[in-house]
Amino acid sequence: MMPGMEGAGLSSLDRPNSYIGKVVPRPNMARLLEGRGQYVSDVALPRMVHAVFVRSPHAHARIASIDVSVAKAMPGVIAVMAGAELANVVSPWVGVLSHLKGLKSAPQHAIAVDRACWQGEAVAVVLAISRVLAEDAAEHVAVEYEPLPAVINTRTALDPATPVIHPELGDNLAFERKIDAGAVAAAFERSDKIVDVEFVFGRHTGVTLEPRSIVADWNAGDRRMTVYLGNQAPHMVQNIVAKHLDLEESQVRVLCKDVGGSFGLKVHIYADEMAVCGLSKLLRRPVKFVADRVESFNTDIHARDHICRGRIGVSHDGTINVFEIDDLTGVGPYSMYPRTSAVEANQVIILIGGPYTTPNYKGRTRVVFQNKNVMSQYRGVGHPIACSITEGLVDLAAQAIGMDPVEIRRRNLVRDDAYPCDSPTGLKFESLSHHASLDKLVAMMRYGDLRAEQTQLRKEGIYRGIGIASFIEVTNPGAAFYGVGGARISSQDGVAVRLDAAGAVICQTSVTEQGQGSESMTAQIVASAIGVSMEKVRVILGDTDNTPYGGGTWASRGTGIAGEAALQAAKVLRGNILATAAAILQGKPDDFDIIDGMIVDAHGQQRIELNELARIAYFRPDTLPPGFQPELMATRHYVPRQYPFAFTNGVQASWLEVDVITGKVKLLKHWVVEDCGTIINPQLVDEQIRGGVVQGLGAALFEHCIYDESGQLTNANMADYLVPMAAEMPDIEVGHQVSPTLETELGAKGAGEAGAAGAAACVSNAVNDALSPFGVTITEIPLTPKLILTALGRI
Amino acid sequence: MKAPAFNYARASSVQEAIDLLSRHGDRAKVLSGGQSLMPALNLRLLAPEWLIDIGPIADLRRISVENGLLTIGASTRHADLQRSPDIAAHAPLLKDAIAHVAHPAIRNRGTIGGSLAHADPASELPACMVALDATVIVQGPDGERRIPAADFFVGIYETQLLPDELLVAIEVPKRTDGARHFFREYARRSGDYAMAGLAAEAEIDGDMFASLRLSFFAVDERPILAKASRHLIGRPVTEVMLAEACGALGDELAPQDDHQATIGMRHYLARQLLIACVVSLLGRSDLGARVVA
Amino acid sequence: MIAPVPITLIVNQERIEAMVPPRLNLADFLRDHLSLTGTHVGCEHGVCGACTVRVNGDIVRSCLMLAIQAENATVETIEGLSDSGEIADLQMAFHQRNALQCGFCTPAMLMAAQDLLLINSEPSRDQIREHLSGNYCRCTGYHAIVDAIESTVRARLERAE
Ligand SMILES: Cc1cc2nc3c(=O)[nH]c(=O)nc-3n(C[C@H](O)[C@H](O)[C@H](O)COP(=O)(O)OP(=O)(O)OC[C@H]3O[C@@H](n4cnc5c(N)ncnc54)[C@H](O)[C@@H]3O)c2cc1C
Ligand code: FES
Ligand code: FES
Repeated sequence: MMPGMEGAGLSSLDRPNSYIGKVVPRPNMARLLEGRGQYVSDVALPRMVHAVFVRSPHAHARIASIDVSVAKAMPGVIAVMAGAELANVVSPWVGVLSHLKGLKSAPQHAIAVDRACWQGEAVAVVLAISRVLAEDAAEHVAVEYEPLPAVINTRTALDPATPVIHPELGDNLAFERKIDAGAVAAAFERSDKIVDVEFVFGRHTGVTLEPRSIVADWNAGDRRMTVYLGNQAPHMVQNIVAKHLDLEESQVRVLCKDVGGSFGLKVHIYADEMAVCGLSKLLRRPVKFVADRVESFNTDIHARDHICRGRIGVSHDGTINVFEIDDLTGVGPYSMYPRTSAVEANQVIILIGGPYTTPNYKGRTRVVFQNKNVMSQYRGVGHPIACSITEGLVDLAAQAIGMDPVEIRRRNLVRDDAYPCDSPTGLKFESLSHHASLDKLVAMMRYGDLRAEQTQLRKEGIYRGIGIASFIEVTNPGAAFYGVGGARISSQDGVAVRLDAAGAVICQTSVTEQGQGSESMTAQIVASAIGVSMEKVRVILGDTDNTPYGGGTWASRGTGIAGEAALQAAKVLRGNILATAAAILQGKPDDFDIIDGMIVDAHGQQRIELNELARIAYFRPDTLPPGFQPELMATRHYVPRQYPFAFTNGVQASWLEVDVITGKVKLLKHWVVEDCGTIINPQLVDEQIRGGVVQGLGAALFEHCIYDESGQLTNANMADYLVPMAAEMPDIEVGHQVSPTLETELGAKGAGEAGAAGAAACVSNAVNDALSPFGVTITEIPLTPKLILTALGRI
Repeated sequence: MKAPAFNYARASSVQEAIDLLSRHGDRAKVLSGGQSLMPALNLRLLAPEWLIDIGPIADLRRISVENGLLTIGASTRHADLQRSPDIAAHAPLLKDAIAHVAHPAIRNRGTIGGSLAHADPASELPACMVALDATVIVQGPDGERRIPAADFFVGIYETQLLPDELLVAIEVPKRTDGARHFFREYARRSGDYAMAGLAAEAEIDGDMFASLRLSFFAVDERPILAKASRHLIGRPVTEVMLAEACGALGDELAPQDDHQATIGMRHYLARQLLIACVVSLLGRSDLGARVVA
Repeated sequence: MIAPVPITLIVNQERIEAMVPPRLNLADFLRDHLSLTGTHVGCEHGVCGACTVRVNGDIVRSCLMLAIQAENATVETIEGLSDSGEIADLQMAFHQRNALQCGFCTPAMLMAAQDLLLINSEPSRDQIREHLSGNYCRCTGYHAIVDAIESTVRARLERAE
């Protein structure tokens, strides 16, 4: 058991041989270690054809004509199709949600019809017997474009002089939200110092190592569509595919086996993927599409890309009186479907100032259309931005009044005994641990020693910096995220557990696995709750035909929601097993327990093994008392109802060195303390944190989708888009606080995005700390050598 | 993406390769390690009709030393250079430089001939050849040409090689006893092409440079043997001399702007490299701090 | 010839004779022709490292090599290294340390790690990171991978004593 978890109401899990809180290696890793996984890119079906898309080279252009005759005649080509033809099988969609009030978008087609709205939007597709032949033919699809004026610059997207991308919408404003809480003007007036800066966040993208991949297989005989897709939300995909291909949901089966990285990038369904489903239906044979890396950069959702003015008012005693932001983001020509492109901005505006007691807050965010690739949810959704702005402002405020960054946080973080409480933006906090986490972090990193080292090294012309960032994270979302807005994206999850005839446990869950450890987490909970060893539990997931209905793995919800469903289902099964044992052994269910796969009695005496119990139940029910029917399968569903989200919290720190000659930042060490409630498997949590941190570090230093003035993505390859690699990344130390949610028996909250939430904020703060002797402040990421040397006035 | 279709021919000798090149002219491309050619093919940036694979020509992969003269066959792989005791002894500059070229798996196939023929301006090895005053040996239908490295590189991906010529070897002259070298580059990440780099060879006489070959890369269309070195030779280097050299350097370089660095930044980085080089080679840490560059 | 040409090579100790179009790269040959799908493709332009295999004992990017260039070569993929048991200890260390999440980078990471350990029996953490500098992992953040390799180093040194 984890320290601090005592008395957390884990009775049913707090048993001998419990796996809860233990490091248990993930059972499903062995096949991946041997190269024996099955990713969608590995899938090959009989009669399968390969799709290659012809994509617009222009940011905005009318499609004057498409001549497919040459391409059609090329070797191996099965079909060549433009948007209009495909529109007969795939209906268009509009990416809006009713609870994001005022959000608007235009109908989007699987393949552009008449007009391409970003460089990379598909305008035609070639199907051939091999990928290479399809590529050969794609080069011969002759498309005539009439370029249209493109909206590229976010800052001027709303100017009256700027053309409107979708004239029927009236303007380029997709979404706007304002918040005004407390007494903002008075709070600024009262402040001794006001800091007012602009933050700039580069556009970046997910770069999963396995590109997006899909195989759609329409079996005209069964009248069923089987979709093999690397996706996090199979039931959502089932709904969308059925809806836009005019099928019943029962006609669609979505299979998500091994997925080569997802991070939110694969929680969406993309236009080209919809096209592939439609093409399979048209051609009556399996169609495969694996995004090429260049088209991944041009079509996988992008994220961030915010320009945000931030103001903070602080008193000399360190009291933070007020936060104010004005945020602007450009999301591409369409709001992504079905999760929309307004969620990131919406998260930014509600999360600002989240860790602090400051009651006064004013915010505005605006989401505008542009002729660039679509933007939507990617790991951390809004958190990294809100955290960078909040924590950047807090550090600047501390600097303005000459206070240590740790001290100003101690004076303003919500007290650990203040819960439950609400934030000024209406967020409901059940139980957080900002102060305990910060204390732990300060101890882990030996803050005082580091400061001394920093001072010493500065004398030698070595500029090191410390950056700290506290954060809150939205996890375990209930219906408030999508359901209330009208999207058929389940907020509940279901788990079915059964004892098979040989005494093993089979568990079907609606969450999916992309390496987070969903399978392992489920098996640990189920094994512990029933009383069997983990080897006896087999978890089935990622198959809409064979799992209960549910949301999937995203928004840091898998453990908190599906984990609870697993626990409850396992408890019911355990009860049913004990009832069966009682029937066999002629006692009362309460007289027995299950320990390590064995029914034991009140004296601890081993009575029968589960496989023997199963044998009797399945093959010799005639020997059981009359009227007794063993029910060796149980299903439970769960969704949080009390809180719309389970907030978690944490704090991170970065220790780095800036080479003031070259402008290069060297990351020396990173620390995280986070509180995700009950920890099922500390190793899995730690690795989620580390992976997320490095994605944040990538954003802080390297990753950037660079568009030119004409809307061309100029670095759409892995040589020019810089991802974080092993040699530049630091070791990352992770510590935990444990404040379980009392809403569930399990007490678990999410941990998937905490790492990404705070990492970039730390790095920015640390760079500014390192450069403080030069009087330089940089509030833009990525922090490239070019940016740093420019700020230092050296170039 | 997959490469466009091409014909493939395996050359088993230099002569056969040259015959094939003569026959197919600029419709053909030599395939050596493939570490630059294959990405370009896979991205469909090139569509040669023929690839002429020189991999099977065994005698192109060799390192030999005779009378202090180091000869490196064109097909010698980056990893061979890295591991070779002869390179460590006779051209330690190359050993230092090669660690910055790409990553282990790429160094296992990329070749020195390919690197020089490819002539990426941000590439390390071309600059090293210029610093080492190496001679590039090419063979064509009309026989052999010996081209000083400083003349071999013409522009971005452009050399003196004619379409029917094969780069066969590089000769690095004998190293004198007092020779020292310096290699440094500024790159975003380990193994990335440089934003700016400097490969230098020097002969040091007491506290003076007797000679100094400064070969800058990634700051022009090709490696530049900087004449700014003349400000530093034959006298004990002073801050003023170093500042003059830095000043003179600016006129010699014509860098390009890209995602990683602006023109001004490349000029600036080149000056920093120059200072670091002088400080390091002369062991004069007093110089660096005070020269404003 | 643009038309397929015959090649002969050894893949994972098995003699293979095949007809391949000249433009077919080794990664696609292994995956599509031999169904050795443990070799992954992440970029096809030589940067991500996911396609790393061993050719004649050296690790190489299989997307940057033509299948024809493997004529007479000995090619080893993750499937071969797994079956021979050569990297069983590394695999176990990766497993114990959760040094993979989605696992897409893992076969190549194991190749690169084993390559390092064959040439340097006692690498530092920095040397490990440097040797992996051409292998992208989006999931783990690398720390756990470095840990797993480090623990394998220690175990191998102990066994050697
Ligand atoms: C991810 C990545 C990172 C890299 N990073 C770096 C780096 O930091 N620094 C660096 O210098 N390089 C880098 N490279 C390139 C690498 O060093 C290449 O190996 C080298 O540039 C080309 O050598 P090659 O043998 O592979 O040539 P090939 O790719 O086979 O050929 C390159 C060109 O040279 C021609 N050619 C080859 N050999 C001959 C010959 N003998 N005669 C005439 N023409 C010939 C070819 O026709 C072709 O045009 C990188 C490559 C990759 C994929
Ligand atoms: S697929 Fe070969 S390096 Fe990326
Ligand atoms: S484990 Fe997913 S890319 Fe490395």
